[in-house]
Amino acid sequence: MTAYRTVAPLRSVLAVLGALICTGAPAMAAGGEAAHFERHEWSFAGVGGQYDRNQLRRGFQVYKEVCASCHALERVKFRNLVQKGGPEFDEEAVKALAAEWPNKITDGPNDEGAMFEREPKLSDKIKGPYKNEQEARSIQNGAYPPDLSLITRARSVHNEASWYIHVPMMLRDVLTGYAEGGSDYLYALLTGYKEAPQGFNLAEGMNYNAYFPGNQIAMAQPIPEGGAVEYQENAGAKSSLEQNAKDVTAFLAWAADPSLNERKQLGWTVMLYLIITTLLLYFAKKRIWSRVKH
Amino acid sequence: MSNHASTYEPKSATAKWWDERLPVPRMMHDQFVDFPTPRNLNYLWTFGGILTFCLVAQLVTGIVLAMHYVPTADDAFNSVDHIRRDVNYGWLLQAMHATGSSMFFLAVYVHIFRGLYYGSYRAPREILWILGVFILLAMMATAFLGYSLPWGQMSFWAVTVITNLFSSLDSVIPGLGTGIVEWLWGGYAVSGATLNRFFSLHYLLPFVIFGLVILHIWALHVAGQNNPTGLNIKTKSDSLPMYPYAVAKDAVALFAFVIVFAWFVLFLPDYLGHADNFIEANPLVTPPHIVPEWYFLPFYAILRAIPDKLGGVIAMFASIAILAFIPWLDRSPVRSTKYRPIYKWFFWLFLFACLALGYLGSKPAEGVYVFWARIFTAYYFAHFLLVMPIVGSIETPTKLPGSITDAVLGKSPGKSGATGGGGVPAGATAAPEDR
Repeated sequence: MTAYRTVAPLRSVLAVLGALICTGAPAMAAGGEAAHFERHEWSFAGVGGQYDRNQLRRGFQVYKEVCASCHALERVKFRNLVQKGGPEFDEEAVKALAAEWPNKITDGPNDEGAMFEREPKLSDKIKGPYKNEQEARSIQNGAYPPDLSLITRARSVHNEASWYIHVPMMLRDVLTGYAEGGSDYLYALLTGYKEAPQGFNLAEGMNYNAYFPGNQIAMAQPIPEGGAVEYQENAGAKSSLEQNAKDVTAFLAWAADPSLNERKQLGWTVMLYLIITTLLLYFAKKRIWSRVKH
Repeated sequence: MSNHASTYEPKSATAKWWDERLPVPRMMHDQFVDFPTPRNLNYLWTFGGILTFCLVAQLVTGIVLAMHYVPTADDAFNSVDHIRRDVNYGWLLQAMHATGSSMFFLAVYVHIFRGLYYGSYRAPREILWILGVFILLAMMATAFLGYSLPWGQMSFWAVTVITNLFSSLDSVIPGLGTGIVEWLWGGYAVSGATLNRFFSLHYLLPFVIFGLVILHIWALHVAGQNNPTGLNIKTKSDSLPMYPYAVAKDAVALFAFVIVFAWFVLFLPDYLGHADNFIEANPLVTPPHIVPEWYFLPFYAILRAIPDKLGGVIAMFASIAILAFIPWLDRSPVRSTKYRPIYKWFFWLFLFACLALGYLGSKPAEGVYVFWARIFTAYYFAHFLLVMPIVGSIETPTKLPGSITDAVLGKSPGKSGATGGGGVPAGATAAPEDR
């Protein structure tokens, strides 16, 4: 977090610059309706951000109680929930959680040659409710709830900015380390359910969403106004639509990029080493070249 | 110049023994320690060393990644995810290799534009330059093949779009294009068979690049380095030994470059890629916009600027191939653009056209984007085919310094400068290799 604070002034100056530049160039959703994606203050944003452990824990609760009824998280193993840089749950608690997980593991064949179902262990993946895509589609009215393990990295926010502000915007994003487009998109999607505007042709069984490409989404609003889950007293936040959406987005950002904390910590060590070495080499070079006129 | 007298003295009996049998230490000493480098090289000349680093970094990270990667349609995507999640520092290696390709192209483009600005392609460096064009081609092939390996949506559809380009040959000989495409695919569609052979070739080509780089450096050490004045090394005072002077400068630039490299690897590992590539390849779902990696965008814009499919393919390949001919297209009596008052403007216009084509390549091929892509494509070719010969013939270069030493020490221009009186500049008819 220290590193984050040292660059904060730079970030805010650049952010103001960017905001000025952005005015008058709204991002367009694929459906044609102007949809502007807000950039949120994620704890893991930018060059110094780190996951907030309490937020990841709340986010896991939202995933478990809301998303997991349709969506798998198979690239994440139960053991990952214990690891450093994640929700860091207690190992015994996760063992119990895995044993109680409603979606069992198909294992086998056993000594009689038959496949059997068993309770998940720490090393098992976090399975969703469906055996395969076909089963999911047949139950979900033809729609397929995707696995969420990589969802924040598999989505992004496109800025349809004019050509002349392309370069300053890219520079701003590179210098501030903006890599949260997927999280911004996901949060906007979860909070973007609205009444369809007059004259909008909504297909049967579909829902209107201001941020989904084409504005028609099969998934019904997953988190109602007021929130979907009861947070514990000491969870660090009150449950609401916005808070639930934010927390589950942060959790899924971790699921997609579990090495982020380590990566950014290492990043500052590497930067410090490289900058000092470059300076030393530069002074060495100056000294060597001072022997000749140049 | 490689024909400078060897100053290597074997210091031990073993060194002497080796020197009489396989004089590698002598070669290294003469070519990389005592080698005379022009004393006026600026930081743009450090990109050769940076590119060598890029190649080695890609080889090392790539070989380790290949130990964990599975080149099958079912497991490729999962194995890359496994590398990022479960292999020790796999997330770092994978990010280094993916970002490394972008950094490699960033450096090679700077290197190429430096050569274009200072006339490094002119005699006697034509073969050196053409080897560079081959290296660029091999790099593009390697990067394209490598991009298919994560087997995400953009991998799959990039392979589909680019391999399908060959089907345009059906309009020349019916069946020829389709035949080539099916031969490349190893089937009737992009499949696991395609992925497996692409992996094999992706492992092979970097070693071809390595061989070409050795020839490139060899040719460089025969002709000697060009420099900002474009003048040859004439006296001993024009040059400095490579070690420590050029090496010290290369080291500063390399580390500064690695700062940029590390910034992307550690803070923005996804920035240079595409979100769709985090979705596993699905032949039944086409992404809304299929775009190549940024370093291919100008060529992609040229491909789509031509209304005819075969014409587009020819234009795209021609945009690289034409580079091999510029040593003979440039008719200027001087090498360096520094002394070319008219061509200077065209150089920057050409750079702008390339950047504009890059931007246009990222946009959908419709409306005003196509119009501008056609304008800039036309300029891209006109620059080589018209501007280079014509401006080179009619332009009067400004006064050249008498020598590299004069340029560094700020002495007045020598005899070979242009005369104000309008006639042919003195010595303008002399062979460019002397200027």
